[in-house]
Amino acid sequence: MTLLLRSGQGVLTLLLCLVALVRLPLLAPDAPFPFGMETTALILLLIAIGALVSFLPIGRLARVSVLLVTAHLAAWLLIGGISGNEGQARLSYFLLIAASWLLGWRCISELAEIKPSSRQFTMALRLLIPAIFGAWILILWEAITRGAGIPFILLPPPSAIWDRITGSLPILAADVRQTILKAVLFGYLVGCAAGFIVAILADRVAFLRRGLLPIGNLMSALPIIGVAPIMVMWFGFDWQSKAAVVIVMTFFPMLVNTVAGLGASGSIERDLMRSYASGYWQTLCKLRLPAAMPFIFNALKINSTLALIGAIVAEFFGTPIVGMGFRISTEIGRMNVDMVWAEIAVAALIGSVFYGVVALAERATTFWHPSNRGG
Amino acid sequence: MPDHITRTNLRTHRTHGWPHRMTASPASVVSARKLGLTFQTNDGPVHALSDVDLEVEKGDFVSFIGPSGCGKTTFLRVIADLEKNTGGEISVNGMTPEEARKARAYGYVFQAPALYPWRTIENNVALPLEIMEYSKAEQKQRVQRTLDLVNLAGFGNKYPWQLSGGMQQRASIARALAFDADLLLMDEPFGALDEIVRDHLNAQLLKLWATTEKTICFVTHSIPEAVYLSTKIVVMSPRPGRVTDVIESTLPRERPLDIRETPEFLAIAHRVREGLRAGHSYEE
Ligand SMILES: Nc1ncnc2c1ncn2[C@@H]1O[C@H](COP(=O)(O)OP(=O)(O)O)[C@@H](O)[C@H]1O
Ligand SMILES: [Mg+2]
Repeated sequence: MTLLLRSGQGVLTLLLCLVALVRLPLLAPDAPFPFGMETTALILLLIAIGALVSFLPIGRLARVSVLLVTAHLAAWLLIGGISGNEGQARLSYFLLIAASWLLGWRCISELAEIKPSSRQFTMALRLLIPAIFGAWILILWEAITRGAGIPFILLPPPSAIWDRITGSLPILAADVRQTILKAVLFGYLVGCAAGFIVAILADRVAFLRRGLLPIGNLMSALPIIGVAPIMVMWFGFDWQSKAAVVIVMTFFPMLVNTVAGLGASGSIERDLMRSYASGYWQTLCKLRLPAAMPFIFNALKINSTLALIGAIVAEFFGTPIVGMGFRISTEIGRMNVDMVWAEIAVAALIGSVFYGVVALAERATTFWHPSNRGG
Repeated sequence: MPDHITRTNLRTHRTHGWPHRMTASPASVVSARKLGLTFQTNDGPVHALSDVDLEVEKGDFVSFIGPSGCGKTTFLRVIADLEKNTGGEISVNGMTPEEARKARAYGYVFQAPALYPWRTIENNVALPLEIMEYSKAEQKQRVQRTLDLVNLAGFGNKYPWQLSGGMQQRASIARALAFDADLLLMDEPFGALDEIVRDHLNAQLLKLWATTEKTICFVTHSIPEAVYLSTKIVVMSPRPGRVTDVIESTLPRERPLDIRETPEFLAIAHRVREGLRAGHSYEE
């Protein structure tokens, strides 16, 4: 009994295998390329081995390796066999997919239990676990869309999106150049810099602080993306109008956060500066700005997301025939959903990298903050 | 009622004007005359200080002792120009507190170390030197010297949060010593530390005072600490905050830790305790 409890996923996997075995074959009788006898047997064998090994009291590393191989090999065989047979999968096919997914789950939870012995190992684990997790999202997506024959328009399988990405690199590159390198980057830099400078001015000039701050708080709560059509009217169809939208969207979060950050230093620290007869700018540079850094980085992170959304959505309102938002809005009209997904994938990748770079810079500058000290 | 008498004295004094205004001796570092400070709060005025008369001479080690709320911190803050007096007169090095602050006449050690967490210990000690625009070479040399002085050599590259509370407070003392202020204002610098660390730091502070020949104003809650450290003990009492006794210590300048068992030491401690009790019973 304790043996069974050791791996709930293992028990479930074996049960699924049994049911699948009873309900063979994997595909409908009129499928053009049915699974061979040997392939089916191999898949069942792999899954059974993985499930049985998950009970064995061998080393954790050995168990993880066997699980890693069996789960993914079985999934690979199952997905490989479905091409050409879209929509022909039967219950047993999905049961085996679910069984190999359970093994993958077991693999991740065993990995998460490992107490890493060295820094490199910790790093590798930190990458491996989300990588396996992400791989399984793609595997399930692929198996379900192809196996059940979900219409392409509704949700194309990841393999089709990948084919579209690799097949349209020049178009995607041109779109990224137009939207990211021009509108987003320019707008983000100018918007954040302007928000920061105005925050310092407001700190210095009392009437600005009293007048501008309530407006800033109001504006940062508004869906500023609504100004996009107006910006297109003012600044034309090209990237400048999108950059203007990004500037407006990123300005207020930076303003509000920086002003809050400038007030974040403690009263003893400020008295200390006063006791040195420190001037306004010295106190600003040596105390108040460093103390404001967590707030400023907060704005930089929020703005990295806002800038991307702003530039893409602003292109829906008029643009030359290039750009990520333009591509999304025209290709969806032509039912080329794989191209839309390709743009979304590229945007997601760039957005993550953008956010990641800002987060890394934050870790490097605010290492002293209690929330960062441990790592 | 002694208070009544001083009040009358004061009134007669005032009718005669201020004959003493510039008579503070040349060696006087802090000179307060009838100093008063009233905070205007939402619950009405709070008399944090009233009628405080005090002379701090060059090279003195003056302790301020009294129950919470008797205005010790406020008095130090008035000297430092972090608070403005609302009555009476005060001069620091013969100047107004504001002029003295602008002339960087004092180093202030706060109740909390207030080290900047983004700077290493070295750079924290260098902070006043950077602001006062000492040359890089001079900064380096002074940081080294003051860290040696507080026994923190070798910890310069650490960040404040990597050090114990006692070490942090020593670093903040080093920071106050790094530039050439002859006056050191210390507000319960060891209040948050345990007694063993405190004894050790007290002995170090005395040695430091002897080697640097600074004038020190030191706020404390502890009678033994006050007696052990001071050449002059100012006993204060609350509501309104005022000075009830000023005791000149008869102990020698050279003080080993076991001086605290001598009859002379105990006699002074007794007088301080009496002064505190008098201030207290007065409240009822
Ligand atoms: N900024 C302030 N505003 C109003 N009241 C204050 C302020 N600072 C101190 N006080 C009051 O002044 C009195 C003396 O305070 P303080 O000097 O801090 O006393 P101590 O340091 O001796 O404990 C207390 O009653 C305190 O509440
Ligand atoms: Mg106090």
